[in-house]
Amino acid sequence: MARLYEYQSKILLREGGLPVPEGAVASSPAEARAIAERLGRPVVLKIQVWVTGRAGLGGIQFADTPAEAETKAAALLGMKVKNYVVERVLVEEKLAIEAEYFAGIVMDDEAKAPLLVFSSVGGTGIEEIARRRPDRVVRRLIDVRTGLRGFEALNVVRKSGISGPALVPLSDLLTKLAAIARNADARSVEINPLVRTVDGRILAADCHLVVDDYAVYRHPELGIEIAREFDRPPTELERIAYKVEEKDHRGTFYFLQMADQSEPDDLLIGFHGAGGGGSMMSMDAVLARGFKIADYCDTSGNPPASKVYRAAKVILSQPGLKGYFSSGSGVASQEQYNSARGLVKAFAEERLAIPAVLRLGGNCEEEAIRILSAYLQDLPARVEGYGRDDPPEKCAARLAELIAENRGAVHEIRPMEEPRLPDCAYTFATLTGRLSIDHSRCLHCASKGCLEACGWKILEADAEGLPVLAIPEAEAKKGKCTECLACEIFCRFHEQQAIHIELPIPGLKEYRDRLRREMK
Amino acid sequence: MAIFVDEKSKVLIQGITGREGIARTRLMKDYGTNVLAGVTPGRGGQDVYGVPVYDAVEEAVENVGPIDASVIFVPAAAVKNAALEALAAGVKLLVIVPDRVPIYDVLDIAAAAKDAGARFVGPNTLGLLSPGKAVLGMIGGRAERAREWFQPGPVGVSSRSGGMTSAVAYYLSRAGLGLSTIVHVGGDSIVGSSHPEVMELFERDPETKAVAMFGEIGTTQEERVADLIEHKKFTKPLVAFIGGKAAKSGTRFSHAGAIVDGNRGSYESKVRRLREVGVHVVEAVADIPGRVAGLLAGKK
Repeated sequence: MARLYEYQSKILLREGGLPVPEGAVASSPAEARAIAERLGRPVVLKIQVWVTGRAGLGGIQFADTPAEAETKAAALLGMKVKNYVVERVLVEEKLAIEAEYFAGIVMDDEAKAPLLVFSSVGGTGIEEIARRRPDRVVRRLIDVRTGLRGFEALNVVRKSGISGPALVPLSDLLTKLAAIARNADARSVEINPLVRTVDGRILAADCHLVVDDYAVYRHPELGIEIAREFDRPPTELERIAYKVEEKDHRGTFYFLQMADQSEPDDLLIGFHGAGGGGSMMSMDAVLARGFKIADYCDTSGNPPASKVYRAAKVILSQPGLKGYFSSGSGVASQEQYNSARGLVKAFAEERLAIPAVLRLGGNCEEEAIRILSAYLQDLPARVEGYGRDDPPEKCAARLAELIAENRGAVHEIRPMEEPRLPDCAYTFATLTGRLSIDHSRCLHCASKGCLEACGWKILEADAEGLPVLAIPEAEAKKGKCTECLACEIFCRFHEQQAIHIELPIPGLKEYRDRLRREMK
Repeated sequence: MAIFVDEKSKVLIQGITGREGIARTRLMKDYGTNVLAGVTPGRGGQDVYGVPVYDAVEEAVENVGPIDASVIFVPAAAVKNAALEALAAGVKLLVIVPDRVPIYDVLDIAAAAKDAGARFVGPNTLGLLSPGKAVLGMIGGRAERAREWFQPGPVGVSSRSGGMTSAVAYYLSRAGLGLSTIVHVGGDSIVGSSHPEVMELFERDPETKAVAMFGEIGTTQEERVADLIEHKKFTKPLVAFIGGKAAKSGTRFSHAGAIVDGNRGSYESKVRRLREVGVHVVEAVADIPGRVAGLLAGKK
């Protein structure tokens, strides 16, 4: 879930015509002072981090003068709160509060509609308050065809026990909130507290808004870096992985680093699942075996071989691994030879020296296992493929045996391999990479097996019998070349190593280089 | 009988000329699904494995007659328009395969489907399959696998995980227990046909004698199945597995969500509620076939 900071949420509220306290965000003490000077009255400084209960952590401070605001900001900025470092503080007018309310909109999975929740009591401990005073909490489904209409909002506020001058402004505010939620594709939004000040203003004193991950592409203005839920800032490797996913929507690739620290005796493994349910089940199986998981990775939804390759390269950029475990539901609908080819290219490039157990059960598993066993026999470590009738528990046990046989050897992070084909090679762009063929080597090739291997028959022999594109280059780039990697793998293992498919992973080379320097 | 689809259902494929569209058209045709037409705007006049392609759903209906079900393979950003187009053309069942469809788009589709008296499965679904009759979506991947893995019989399957839909169904078939219909309800938090809605269809299907359900943490689907059973709206034997026991529970930021749902959504809540109403909750997926077999034997 793409969470917004309070200050970002309040910008959306203000743009939607919903009143918020005057103020602005500061990332330096001097900025905080300038904002306080401009406001010309006592201010509150609030740290901008994704934690609840900021007041109790000392993250909310008051200042009567600009100089005090500067001092307090200096203390707050750089403060470590749980997993975050404070980079910004919101500086706002200090409010004299007379009453606190609560307003939120969440998704109701039963009704398949947004649900408005309004409470005429709000503030800290709202869940407990709501339990104690159910009469003050009103819920109403919002019809997406009409939005929340004025009279509907009015009835919500009225039923919460409010009458008098606050009734109309609160109703108006709820109508605007529903529109803001829709426009921002908010999966949830809540204002707690929503306040009435002693001078009669109604203001959103705090706001949490979570943008629907799947709609983030509609909101470039929000500057969301990673549209996923983290309880800490994303790691550099997670950022690299996310960029891969962002640029390639064929199938999904999810990557989360799990182990912060590992000890030399830990049975640390790279985990490469397929599909949420099957991955969870498989993770339970390896954890039960006493393994420690370096990462949780899931490539599913029929990803191309190139995506599985990139996932494997990212997984193998983690230090300390003693094994590689891949397992999904066991009865996958996706063509498992794509996963197999992606893993073969990655493992061959890495010259993998730690054992891998790959449970690739499902559609075309026989071919997938054949690919693995045909091409990964010469690696320093054993790679074994398993199918749908091999339960994850058995595969986890097998990996433990192989690691023991390998004497617990640890994976070495290698520099990223550079393409080694000459500049004059025949070349064309694919959807996410570039395929090059060194035709001078093809002259020594007897089989021209790459033409046969090509899954979608987009390669043909030219007049001299050399492999070239059978379709326009633009078509290949648009995705007609599915990056199945079959031609490269055939050529690499059976012929002249004339084909190279470059599949860049921006940032990974630099990441590995730095890691290698640090480890020396 | 089966639920949602059988060999007679007239099927349309939207996005038929895309990578997934082409591959899954072949699966559906080979399996025996009655695929009458496909749609890709701008590609009218082509054909995919013998299925005629039209520019619009309306045009497809003009040419091949009324359509019972449309399987959608268009990019996520185009799903809403495609779904509304099919509903406007009178299609009563949509299977929305793509992942990453924005929630508000799903809500709009849900509202339009309700108005039209239609149902939808997904988004983010592998689809559904009635063994020996028809497949909608991509379950099985290839027809020969689907025929080999999924045998016809009396057990319904409903699953929140695509891969586990196939896995549970395969393990049941391997144990000699055939299947009526297997349904992947979709992996998203808001789906067109959630577990309880699928259970109501299984309840009305005379062929289905027992149901296996693969649940997961999150959403209120499994708790609502328990509510159905409590209200005697689902009365057939049910074996359930809930995934996500070991998953670290996410930090909950939404107070509104907590006010609405209370503790619903957690592993403990789901297992407790299901057991309260007599559902057989198993600890391992491998235990599902044995339990189902026992219940079916006891029934006779």
